[in-house]
Order: sequence, then C-alpha cells, then structure tokens
Amino acid sequence: MNFEFTEEQLMIRQAARDFAQRELINDVIERDYKAKFPANHVKTMSELGFMGMMIDPKYDGGGMDTVSYVLAMEEISKIDSSVSVIMSVNNSLVCYTIERFGTEEQKEKYLKPLARGDKIGAFLLSEPESGSDATMQRIIAEDKGDFYLVNGIKNWITSANSGSIYILFAQTHPKKKHRGINAFIVEKDTPGISLGPHEDKMGMRSSDTHSVMFTDVKVPKENRLGEDGLGFKIAMKALEAGRLGIAAQALGIAAGALERSIQYSKERKAFGTEIANHQAIAFKIADMAVKVENARNLCLKAAWLKDNKKPFALASSMAKLYAADIAMEVTTEAVQIHGGYGYVKEYHVERLMREAKLTQIYEGTSEIQKIVISRVLLKD
Amino acid sequence: MKILICISNVPDTTTKIRFVNDNTAFDTNGVQWIINPWDELALTRALELKETTGGAIEKVTVINVGTKDTEPTLRKALAIGADDAIRVNTEPKDAFFVAYHISEAVKNEGYDMIIAGIDSSDYNGAAVGGMLAEFLGVPSVSSVSSIDVEGDNVSLKREIDGGSEVIGTQLPFVAIIQKGVAIEPRIPSMRGIMMARKKPLNVVEPVEADALTEFVSYELPQAKAACKMVDPENVKELINLLHTEAKVI
Repeated sequence: MNFEFTEEQLMIRQAARDFAQRELINDVIERDYKAKFPANHVKTMSELGFMGMMIDPKYDGGGMDTVSYVLAMEEISKIDSSVSVIMSVNNSLVCYTIERFGTEEQKEKYLKPLARGDKIGAFLLSEPESGSDATMQRIIAEDKGDFYLVNGIKNWITSANSGSIYILFAQTHPKKKHRGINAFIVEKDTPGISLGPHEDKMGMRSSDTHSVMFTDVKVPKENRLGEDGLGFKIAMKALEAGRLGIAAQALGIAAGALERSIQYSKERKAFGTEIANHQAIAFKIADMAVKVENARNLCLKAAWLKDNKKPFALASSMAKLYAADIAMEVTTEAVQIHGGYGYVKEYHVERLMREAKLTQIYEGTSEIQKIVISRVLLKD
Repeated sequence: MKILICISNVPDTTTKIRFVNDNTAFDTNGVQWIINPWDELALTRALELKETTGGAIEKVTVINVGTKDTEPTLRKALAIGADDAIRVNTEPKDAFFVAYHISEAVKNEGYDMIIAGIDSSDYNGAAVGGMLAEFLGVPSVSSVSSIDVEGDNVSLKREIDGGSEVIGTQLPFVAIIQKGVAIEPRIPSMRGIMMARKKPLNVVEPVEADALTEFVSYELPQAKAACKMVDPENVKELINLLHTEAKVI
C-alpha cells in the first residue's frame, strides 16, 4: 500500500486550492445570494484545464487521473460547490460519457469543446416523475428513420441554461421498458427546446438549474450514443463515475467546514479562553476530523480503483453515501461551533450546510446508495 | 532575447518556524516548499513578456542551486510556463556561494536578461542578484517594479524616495525585482503540468566554492504578550502599568 501522492497530484491539488482561495472566495457569498452564474470563474477553470481533467489529451482533455480529480474537487468544494458541481457534471457525467460511449465523430465534434471548457455540458436524466427510478422515462424519442423526434420534459437539470451540449435520455421502445431507453447528444439551440424558470434553490445557488421542455425536437440519428437501447446502461455507468465527483464534493464541503471551525475555535474566546480549549468544542473538532478523514479515504480508494481499471461502483457508492451524510453532520456542527456567527452568511458555514444537503439528494440519494451497496453485498 | 529567472526554494509563507540542533538548523520536517514569491512574480512577468512581445523572447529558463529535493519547485516553474530548468546540484550555503554557482552555470549560455527576486522569504539575504551581476561583469538594476521590452530595448522602472525612475540598460543585465513587476503569480494549468513532464531539467554539478559566512544560531522573535485591558476610568492603573510593566514611561 502507498498513501503518498505523486508530485503531479500535489501540484494539481495546490493549483485547485490557489484557484479557490484566490478567486472563488472573493464573490462566493454574493453569487450564492444573488444566484449569479460564475461565468468568469468557469472561464478560468477552462483555461486551467479543470473542465475536462480526465479526458485524453487527444480530445483536448487534461489527461489526469481520478485521484487528481478527487483532490481538485475537494479543494474547490471547500470554498464553492456551485462551481464544483458545474465542474463535476461536465467532467464525470458529460465528458466521461462521450469519451466512453461516443463515436470518433461525436468526440471530435462535441467532446473536444466540452473538454476545453469552451462549451458546458448538462446531463438530462431526471424527470418530474422519475428521479431515483430512472427506468421510468416518460420522455419519448420516436424513431423516424433519419432522426428521432423527442417530446417530453426533464427536471432538475444542472447547467441547463449555461450549458449548450446536452446528454439526453429518452424512451424509444416503451414496451422494452428500460432496455428501450436511448442516450443522445443534443445541442441546446435545436428548435423545440425551451427552458422552465430558474429554480430558486436552497444551496448551490450560483449554479443554474432548470427544467427543459422538448416539443417535436428533431435529433439526428448520428447523435445517438451507443447501440439502440443502450441508454439505461450508459446512464448507470455515467452515474457510477459521477457519484465519485459528488462524493469528493461532499468531502470538500465537510473539510472546508472543519478548517473554518478549527480556525474559529482558536480565535473566539469564551469564559476567559479560546473556545478550542473547552473540551466540548475540542471533542467536536476531533469527531469532525475523523469523519472527514474517513470520507477522504473512501473517495481516494474509489478513485484508485477506477484509475487501476478495477470495478469501482461499490466503492464510489460507499464514498458518496458516507461523504454526503458526514458533510451534513460536520457542517451542522460547524454552525454550532460558530454559534450566532455560524448562522449568518459572512462566516460561510451556513452556506456549506445548505450545500451539504444537496449532496445527500442528487446523483443518487443516500437511500439509493444503500440499495446499490446492499444489493452488491447480498446478491448470491 | 533569452531570460533567466533565479529561483529560490523556500518554505511556504504560513510555515510554523522551528529550529533544531541547539538552534543552529531550521527544522524542515513537514515543511511545504514553494517558489520564492518574488521569483514567482519574476517568472510571471517573463512569461507575460514572452507572450506579448511577438517572438522577441526566445526562451525563459529557471535556475536553482539546491539538492534533488528542490526539483518539485523547479517542475512547478516549468508547469507554470518556463521552457527549461537548471539545477546546480549542491546545498546552498550563503549568498556568495549561490551567486557564484549561478554565474558559473550560466556565464556561457548567453542570457540577455537575468532576473532575481529582491530577497528570499526565508533568509532575506537580499544579496544574490547584486553579487551575480558582479560575477558576470554586467550591470544590475535594483528595486525594479516594472519591466518592459520593445525589440532589444528594455526599460525598467525603479522605486526611489518619493517617486520612481525609468532606466534603460545594455544587455545582458541583472534586474533585481520587487513588488509591482507582476500582479499575481500564475496557477499552473493541467496542460502545463502535463507538459512539464517533458521539459528539460538539466542538472549541473557544483564547482569549487566556499561560503563566506556561516550560520551560528537562530532565534525566534519573542512571543507576543497577551493584551491587558484597563478600565477607561482607571487612568492611574494605566500609568502605573506603563511605568512598571511596559516600562515605556
């Protein structure tokens, strides 16, 4: 076993840390409050190569490993998960899916601008009546010979407005149930696509979330990803990878809350001494640190498995379940340690707590992760 | 035009400083090493010049006197955008020793502009740049806060008492830079980090040289005393404390 990072991994972690602490920190509170999209920061992330970190350099990606990706996600999420969710969706749901399942032509046309960050990707799986149960796709992609005709609605779509390349899942053969689902690459400006209003979210408010309506949208045949009916499998593989990004995000939120709590408890005085000297606070810090370290190890183990081409679905589910749950616990404690200051925006921890909640819900709720984990363990 | 940047490998500026061996050596345990902040700004400016002067700058090289442990710092400079790196393979002992080794390593390499940070954030010697110019027999300009290049002409702005002055110089020369030369150091991109793998990092063996000074011992500054609050009504106590404890009156 080797717990050492390589020099390159450390350099990437430092680059992400510098980016987050020099740039994101300056307007994170304001962007969250005003629900303002971080366009300038996404541009910087593109220049730094964070939008397609793990994609092969021949498709204009960064060519980095998953461990580096986890390290970068953690550092960025310590400061701003609105930005890290844009990065995570682009990297592990959109770029990864096209690199793994796309044709050469699709990669040339769509993966390259996505990996460079010139265009932002969105992943359209959830529907108003289909979240955790992704087999129940109501949106229809009718096979019309030269093209598919898409009608229906998608919900909770991250980067629906800021993004311009969609990965869309839709039902082509309803009788075949989930084996009839297809995945497509769809350009947002295709006629017939319209967006619902901006969702007014509890947290990660600087990232845009909308529903997307499809009315007689023609999707060219060559934009289908993979074989006919492979859509559900593609979605599950994408989520396997995506979940690790969100696990690392949750880890970052928790780690950020821990760092702020350590700093605050060494400055704030009560009863004649820094509150860090009170055992009630010191023990909270110890408990939080153990949880953060556990989450980090689970994330890195899953990343290591993926980098070494070993099955990582179980590990990434465990990482996501644990990291999301402890992110909620650790941020709640961080607010408690900060007292009244923790309840106001200036001290950041209330925002981290709001961000943590989403990690238990999206890209597979904590309950869905338990289904995934238990099914692997209990199958004969 | 070829630019050389002298890089010092220093502890991260937030490092907690401790000494060992009877306060004669700096405890490097657990220290994170970085490019000396001035040197990083010098590198940033050199790369800006390379990008904006349309081919006037042929290449940007970084150099460091240090053991193999300093290579991550040099590779970071390559990832940020330097074209190649030189490491003089020896433990740096003092400013004379470092400046002499740099001059020996580069005297025949034809660098036109050599930039050194005004001092290193660890030992604050503020001597290498000037000594290096002397060894190379070239002009040196100190306290430079801005560097501009037009063709073969270089103009350097210096901070002087109550204002600033602009200086032109023949090539080659040494610029000793300080605040202002660049605004913010660059963050290496994924592409830069990947390309750094393939860029040359040339190791040069040291020459015969002695240090002229040695470190006898180090001392930490006195810990800040706790703040004592005096009631605004109680002026007598304040005067008494200032007299007997603070001993300022």
